[in-house]
Amino acid sequence: MPKLRMTGRGLWITVLLAPPLAFVALFIVYPIIAAFAYAFFDWQGLMRGEFSWLDNFHTVLFVEPYASWTRNAFTHNIMVFFALLVLQNGLGFLLAYALWRDMPGARFHRVAVFLPVVLSTIIVGYLWKLFLHPLFGVVNQSFRGLGMPWLAQPWLGQDSTALWALIFANAWHMVGFPTLVFLAGMQRIPTEILDAARMETQSEWVKITKIVWPLCAPSATIVFVLLFVGAFNWFELPYIMAGLDGSPYGSTDVLGLYFYRTAFGNVSSGQQDFGLGSALAVLIFVFIAVVASIITVRLRSREIEL
Amino acid sequence: MNKTIIRLGAAMGALLVALPVMAQDLTFWSWRQEDRAQYEQFIDTFEAANPGITVKFETFEAANYNTILSTALAGGTGPDLMMVRAYGGMENVASAGYLEPLTVEAIPALADFAPSALAAETMRSDQTLYAVPFASQTQLVIYNKGIFDANGITEPQTWDELIAASQKLKDAGIMPFANGTATAWQNETIVGDLVSSIMGKGFYDDLIAGKADFTDPRYVEALAKLKEISAYFPDGFIGLDYPSAQQLFSSGMAAMFAGGSYELATFKTQNPDIELGVFAAPGKTAEDEKLVAIYYDGGYAANAHGANKEAALKFLNYVASLEFGQAFANTLNNISTVPGVTFENPLLAEIAELNTSAIPYLMLVHFRYGEPSGSVLLQAEVQKLLAGQTTPEAAGAAVTEGLKAWYEPFQK
Repeated sequence: MPKLRMTGRGLWITVLLAPPLAFVALFIVYPIIAAFAYAFFDWQGLMRGEFSWLDNFHTVLFVEPYASWTRNAFTHNIMVFFALLVLQNGLGFLLAYALWRDMPGARFHRVAVFLPVVLSTIIVGYLWKLFLHPLFGVVNQSFRGLGMPWLAQPWLGQDSTALWALIFANAWHMVGFPTLVFLAGMQRIPTEILDAARMETQSEWVKITKIVWPLCAPSATIVFVLLFVGAFNWFELPYIMAGLDGSPYGSTDVLGLYFYRTAFGNVSSGQQDFGLGSALAVLIFVFIAVVASIITVRLRSREIEL
Repeated sequence: MNKTIIRLGAAMGALLVALPVMAQDLTFWSWRQEDRAQYEQFIDTFEAANPGITVKFETFEAANYNTILSTALAGGTGPDLMMVRAYGGMENVASAGYLEPLTVEAIPALADFAPSALAAETMRSDQTLYAVPFASQTQLVIYNKGIFDANGITEPQTWDELIAASQKLKDAGIMPFANGTATAWQNETIVGDLVSSIMGKGFYDDLIAGKADFTDPRYVEALAKLKEISAYFPDGFIGLDYPSAQQLFSSGMAAMFAGGSYELATFKTQNPDIELGVFAAPGKTAEDEKLVAIYYDGGYAANAHGANKEAALKFLNYVASLEFGQAFANTLNNISTVPGVTFENPLLAEIAELNTSAIPYLMLVHFRYGEPSGSVLLQAEVQKLLAGQTTPEAAGAAVTEGLKAWYEPFQK
């Protein structure tokens, strides 16, 4: 071990390292630890009260009405995750394959598919809210125009369709992202491997399942983990399209909205409770961190070095 | 020589002490961005009458106002004066001890304010007033006079007349009501707007006395009537959000809007030509008292730890004065809580008249002090009811059951 002398190089390194370390400690480490600490106190609005051990965690997990709110929101997050897995990542893979195979108009479609990703979530939320408007929305207008008025639904107003409408809007918005990642992955596949495969079979299905998909594993890992984190942190789109309450009657409630409502209150109905909100935030954070790590490790192990 | 220096020193010292008194800068926080011009005017009037005090008006986004305000107060950077919300929203801020308690000695004009107005800014636990209430809001039915006249409809006197009028409009190809219920809080307002007269004062009194809960037949009937009238809301109204419902009404596509007195200014802005009328939704018979639902919006409060408390109290005395109340009513088109204010605007005068027979806007006034709040429960149950997912009986029972978690009179 080199001697730690505060001269020359050592001093220089210390001086250079100290500010960024202090910055990280103050603005990243401290807030995270503080949020953890908040969860263990009893709060009156924003006034901190007694240290209350695990009471807040117990309340959000096991005491009604919080317990059923938590369950409801969590279930929706899981639904969102699996639905987007198919609609966003699955479709993204197929789109990427089509683009990669240079089908007619691939150049145009590469831009078209990625364009919505560039839009801000706020714009996409309002746009789809307008599209799905029960009276003037382009969706219902089209169904009526096509002579299928029974398909014109109040999409965002009924529990059977509201969450799916949000999922669909999200997939429309973000499908370009997995597409791009998969496309990049596919372009890394060496042509020799593909030529070799072409000698063996003409079936696209076999090529996709035996060659392309396994060799795209690193891309799959990335989009899968990002989707998982995104699905459990889902907030903007439901906030814009359904409102803080997860209207109608909680059928679009997700952990993000529920956390915000609990911690900061809701003008028209709720109270603010920082302790319960922080407890929820900690639970969400721990859940995402643990599951995302497990997924990453598991998926990494099946990746193939090229 | 020595004496001169001492005298000079004393004079300088006095000046230094006097300086803060001579120029007192107050900051005043509000969530009413849209009223900035009018508030600047009120402040000019105040500053002219109180030389040496300047008030700086700052606004913040309404939805996050309470969060911003309580964070600032907790961090010691809060304003000297502020608008606070009423009821539970006010208690959130006041319970932490940030607000200056107000007394009739400090603000004599408060003695004549309506007790219900003062109650809105009084914390229940210590029975102390923390803010000067500024406006009341009334939940009622707003209608388009032009459409009513063209179809030969007059303000209904009974529930059946209201239904008949709605049917007549529907047959004429006009949407009777513009309301939509996709925005959660709209499900609570329509209860106050449309069926206050059906539940009646008797129910309200029994409820507050602990003799009735929301399974009471009078309340269940009110919800049933709400379901009945919802047949005259637009197609797909359960997916219709609040801003587009407002547009349907102000554009003249719908004849009525069940809403609050706060809508009037919006409708006038969206369509300056629209001729508005208001009425209290009727009860079953013409003899039943026609009730509107009333609540108070918020109040003006002073920071308990502010540096210029004396000047802040002067300002609070000003906003409790008839002069301010009158200016507030005239320029902001709101029902001022200051007693003795007269209304230039005939519509406001009519609402002030309707306010004399009213019940409080129930959930906001009495059931937002615990989780789950009555508002959260009612909004969800009405949304279910109108979507055909529950019955009036079950909705009333669910609200009662939910409130049992913290509302003691129901726990028996």
